[in-house]
Parts: sequence; C-alpha cells; structure tokens
Amino acid sequence: MQDKVTNVLIVGVGGQGTLLTSRIIAQVAVQMGYDVKVSEIHGMAQRGGSVVSQVRYGKRVYSPIISKGEADIILAFEKIEAARWLDYLKPDGMVIINNERVNPLPVMSGKVKYPDEIHEKIASLLPRTVIVDATDIAVRCGNVRAANVVLVGMLSEAIGIPAEEMEKAITEIVPAKALEVNLQAFKEGCKLLN
Amino acid sequence: MKKLLIGNDAIARGAYEAGVTVATAYPGTPSTEIVSSIAQFPGVYAEWAPNEKVAMEVGVGASIAGARTLVAMKHVGVNVAADPLYTFSYTGVNGGLVIISADDPGMHSSQNEQDNRGYGRFAKLPVIEPSDSQEALDYTKLAFDISEQFDTPVMLRLTMRLCHSQTMVETGDKQEVELKPYKKDAAKYVMLPGFARGRHVEVEKRMLKLQEYAETTPLNRMEINDTKLGIITSGVPYQYVKEAFPEASVLKLGLVNPLPKELIKSFAARVEKLVVVEELEPVIEEQVKAMGIDVIGKEQFTLLGEYSAEYLKQKLNGENGAEGFGLEKEVPARPPLLCAGCPHRGVFHVLRKMHLIVAGDIGCYTLGAISPLEGMDTCVCMGASIGTAMGIEKARGAEYAAKTVAVIGDSTFVHSGITGLVDVVYNGGTSTVMILDNDTTAMTGHQDHPATGFTITKQPTKKLDLEKLVRAIGVEHIRVVDPLRIDELEAVLKEELARREPSVIICKRPCVLLDTTPKPTREIYVDTEKCTGCKLCIRVGCTGVSFIDDEKKAQINPGCIACGLCEQVCKFNAIKEVGVQEDAGQSN
Repeated sequence: MQDKVTNVLIVGVGGQGTLLTSRIIAQVAVQMGYDVKVSEIHGMAQRGGSVVSQVRYGKRVYSPIISKGEADIILAFEKIEAARWLDYLKPDGMVIINNERVNPLPVMSGKVKYPDEIHEKIASLLPRTVIVDATDIAVRCGNVRAANVVLVGMLSEAIGIPAEEMEKAITEIVPAKALEVNLQAFKEGCKLLN
Repeated sequence: MKKLLIGNDAIARGAYEAGVTVATAYPGTPSTEIVSSIAQFPGVYAEWAPNEKVAMEVGVGASIAGARTLVAMKHVGVNVAADPLYTFSYTGVNGGLVIISADDPGMHSSQNEQDNRGYGRFAKLPVIEPSDSQEALDYTKLAFDISEQFDTPVMLRLTMRLCHSQTMVETGDKQEVELKPYKKDAAKYVMLPGFARGRHVEVEKRMLKLQEYAETTPLNRMEINDTKLGIITSGVPYQYVKEAFPEASVLKLGLVNPLPKELIKSFAARVEKLVVVEELEPVIEEQVKAMGIDVIGKEQFTLLGEYSAEYLKQKLNGENGAEGFGLEKEVPARPPLLCAGCPHRGVFHVLRKMHLIVAGDIGCYTLGAISPLEGMDTCVCMGASIGTAMGIEKARGAEYAAKTVAVIGDSTFVHSGITGLVDVVYNGGTSTVMILDNDTTAMTGHQDHPATGFTITKQPTKKLDLEKLVRAIGVEHIRVVDPLRIDELEAVLKEELARREPSVIICKRPCVLLDTTPKPTREIYVDTEKCTGCKLCIRVGCTGVSFIDDEKKAQINPGCIACGLCEQVCKFNAIKEVGVQEDAGQSN
C-alpha cells in the first residue's frame, strides 16, 4: 500500500452524476484497504450549478478536501468545468475531459460566449490532458447517463486500478437495472487509454 | 468491516445504536439526511415536523416520556427551535435528548453562517463537535449518555463538511435501552417562575459538573508532538490542522462547551506558540484569552467561511499555494438555476413583467431572484415573505400594497408562513400572497410535508388542505392557478392586487423532478422561418431553450419538457409543437 495520498477531483454540472462517480471511486479504494475520504456537495448547488466531488485515499487521510495544486487527476464531465477547477491539479497531474458542452445561464441568455476551444487551451498548458467523447460512447453502450463511467474506466487505467476491482465497485454502487450498460461503458473507457 | 458513511448517516447509525426510538426534524441542508436515514431503521419512530420548533417540542415530550430522542435541524432551524430549547435546558431530560445543529460555514446552501456553538454558552448546554464520520457515530452515542448523566439536552454541532463527507466508519451493535419510567414532576417540568427559579439553580450546578467532566472526558485529548507549535482546535478544522501541520502538538476538543480550563492551561504551558484554529466565531479563542493565556486566533484567521489545510499553511507559515493557470477567470460562471419546466419560472416571469415588489422566501424559488428572472426584492428567513409584505404595506400605504406580493412555497408556508397570514387578516392588511404549491419540499431533496398527504416513510396520511386552511384564517379571496399558464396568472394577479382585501393565489403544479409528475407527452421546436431572434424566450432563463449566436435564432435543447412557457412568451408563433398542423394554433 502506498503511503502517499491519491487525490481525485470530479467536476461537472449538477445532475451529471458526479456524486455517483465519486462513490464508485471511493468504493474501489475501500475494497483495496485504503483510508478514504469523500467530500460532496448537496442542496442548492445541485440545481444545475458547478459541482465538485473530491475523493482522497491512502494509508491515512486527514482533510476531506483537496488543496490547490494537489489533485493527481481531474475527471471533468464538461469542458468549462475542467478549466474552472484546473488550478487544483498537480503540475504533472492528468485531466480527463469529456468533450461535452453544457451552456451555463450567462451563455444561454447570450450575455457571454461559451469558450468552445477551452479544452484545447488546457491541452496546450498540460501535457497530460485527455479529451474524450464519452457521451457518444455512452450512447453507443445504451445510455447517455453512463458517460461518467466511461471516464471512470479511463481513470482506472491511468492510476492502475485492476479492472476487476473497479467492476466490483461499480456492481456495488450502480443500481442493478443500469449495471450492464455501465459495465460496458467502463470497458470502453478502459480501452481508450490502453 | 469498516464502511464509508457521510457524517449524517453515521449520526443516524449512532442514534440507532444508542437506542433512540423517537427522531424528528424539519428538512434543511446540510442536516436533512440524518432523520431520513434513521427512518430506515427498525423500531425508530421518525417524522418530518412542520417546523423546527414543533420538532423540538415533540422531542421534549418524547424525552420527558422516557425515550431517547434525536432532534435534527440546520443552524438557522435552531433559531426557530430556540424558545423550547432554552427552557428545556432548565427542565432537563428524562430519556436522553440530543439536538443536532448542522451549521454551514461558507453558506453552501444557507442565508447566513451563524456559529451555533454560541447557543451552548447562551442556553447552557454541553456542545459536542465531531471531526469525521467515526466520531459522529461514537460521539452521538456518548452524547445520549452525557444527556442522561447530567440531566441536560446535548447539542451536537456539525458543519456541512462533516455532514456531507464520507469517511470510514466501524459500526457497533444496537444497545437495548428501556424507556425510562414516566413520573409526574411539576417542579421539574412545569416552568412556572417559582419552579423555574429552582431549576436555574440546578442548571448552574450542572454546568460546574460538566466543567469538571470536560477535564477528563475522552472527547478532549492532547496529541503532544513537536512543542514549538501547539494548536487548539475542534471539528473538521482538526483534520485541516493534521494535514497542514503533522508535526505540531494539538489539543483536540470534542466537547466545546464548557471548555476544559485546566487542560487548556496545561497544554498552553507545554508549547511555545499557541494557536486556536476554529472556523467562524472566536468561541474558544475568547475564552482562552479570558483565562489570561496568550493565543493567536482571529487576528490571523478569517471570521468568514470554511478553512482548509491550504489556507492554514498560508496563514501560519506564509506558504503561497500552487500558482495555477488562472483559467477559471476565463470561463463563464455557472450559478444554480431552476430546472427546465420548473413551475416557479412561470411565476417569476410574470412578476418581472408586472414590475412588482416581491417579498420572497426560502426554497428553490429563491433562485427567481437571479438573472435573467430577477423577480425578487427580499428574502430573509423561512416564512418571512408574508410579514415582510405586510410591513411594506404598513410603511408605505395601500398604494404600495397594490404592487407588492409575497411569494412562499407550500412547505415553507406550513413551516412558518401561516402566522404571517393571520397577521395580515387580523390587522387589516391587503397583501396578495402567492403560495407556490409544488407538492414537495424540493430544495432539500423532495421531502414530504403536511400538505403532500404522505409521511416520511411515504405512508398516506391526512392531507393538509391549504385552500381550506387559508379560508379558515379569514382570507376570502382564494384563487388556484397553473403557474405555467402565464396569461391567466397575470390576469388573476391584476385582479387580486387591485382588491383592497387580503388574497391568496395558490400556484399549483408539481415539481418536475417528482417521480409522480407526469412525463411530457409532446415535443416542441423552433420554426426558424418565423423566429426573429428577439430573445424573448431566452429571457425566461430556461435550460430548455438557448440562442444560437451565428444564426441569430433560438433553439430547443435536449432536456426540454415542453412546459409551454417559451411558446406562450413568443410573439411570432415560432415555437411549435412537433406534429401539430400550422393552423391548429397554440394549445396554450
């Protein structure tokens, strides 16, 4: 078991399933015998706002929240959310961005332009940037809502979690009726970084 | 085996293990999951009370009757429950009673960030603060013992970060706790002045005993490491301290009222530099300073919001955090917003259009205050809208009342809006009150309430009839409208505002997120031939419709549930139902 604490930041838009994703990653860390802390946001921010879940695991974890510049990996379910939370990433950390655009209110109302090339800017700043069409892959697997688990598959490969452990965690957390699609989405995600 | 639990679930588990048989609460982030979670355990009666005062009073009765009792609420809920709480501190308990105060430093989901440790000193209660889920479970159990041992309600003070963080928990077995025998004891439980004077003596004796207990309780502990730096802390900030300064010596306080003075003195004597790390108010710091001990506190740390390990390192070591990329400044803000198809949107669209003064209230609909709806003038606390509208009328006259409305949700109206309406009727107000009845307590995650007709465990129950209730209060003009039929809503509002008598408009349509709300049976689209790019539909602020800059046209987005609001707003008949002939006209 590693002494160092691994920090995973999961960012997106309220309703995209960041909570479920953080619970899967936390579950796998529990299975592997780590001390784990997860910080979630409930309540008002969930109503379509910018949301963040934080998972920390290691031999001993104190703070439930990740400091700026400490995240080993950021899973971003939406492009501008990746940019919003990027300062939390370690300089040599990895950011996995779903190539998904969800317009926030100021964009919908035409007050501000959506910075559509923001993911490319991130890629130019950070060598370990991966951009993926997770939503398309999820749709091909049978449910658009499984996009988060595609990203979980990529994370699993990136930090070297055995696939069978992650599948066990997914089985534990995901409701039975959605399990098959999610396991398929996970496999597809794993392939992307292979 | 250990498992991950959020703090709130750990507290529910702890209360169950401690033999709690009565649990009551009004939902409020970040406390809500505690009682919805304990409702799942066998042998526990759990309820949603109409408000925190009632929850506290049910708790008082259950405790006097001999049951171990849990009462839970968010920090501002304690203000509502404060009246019974202060005097229950005098009577003391029979069965142990623990009141949860879930504070919200940083105001993630609240209107203020008051520090309820203050209640401990003011109401003379022991206050216990856990720092992770395991402690949440363990301290909850211990809190019931303390309650019975010292004959006092005990406050368990949490913060949002504890409530909603999952950490590892080892659960235990359920204790079998007998109901304590009930004995009539008027001198203890009837707080007539003559009896209350006697009880106040007991309260002061109790505080002295608790003071002694504080010195030896396992809730407080010294962790002596390097003695160059000594930190007194409690709650989640303890975790930040351990993360930021693993070498430092720490005095970790689990019992934060009353403070262990001797323990603090001996800790202070062992370290070179003494610091208090506590979020929000200098509750510990001021008491340590009053003891004549030199300590660094709020001159170094902010009174605002949440702390973090990063923040502590910055403040104590002068370490600058990671430099970062600064991209967050380049991206648009993403505030929370009403869901696509939310019935509240119709209300705020009409209110803005009519340029009314809107006394608002607490719920999802408070989001109607932000751009582009901007349909709210005030929002202070649960139930405040109606009294506020009455005050506006009494300050500026009936002319003003004709352009002022109070807007309040169904759950919030039952919580504490009813008495405001009684005041309007009794004192000759002419307010127009809109009850936004979406058949749930939406913001906190869809809890039932007396007017939904279901209990916390989804058992059918007598449904509070809002119309009849309002009529019984003496309101003679009651209108029930669909808030998404905006022409009708506007017409009704005009009529009722013009009336020099109180009226209530019940805007009735269920929350779109409820499982029982019918799914949409139609789809809509933008006819780009007819769309002029006027953006009227955009101004309703819905995620279901957006503007394509390049084409200067509106478009319907995935997630639209065809509620019809933008269709009604469009002046060019450009938003249409899929599969309906042109000449069939608008269905609304």
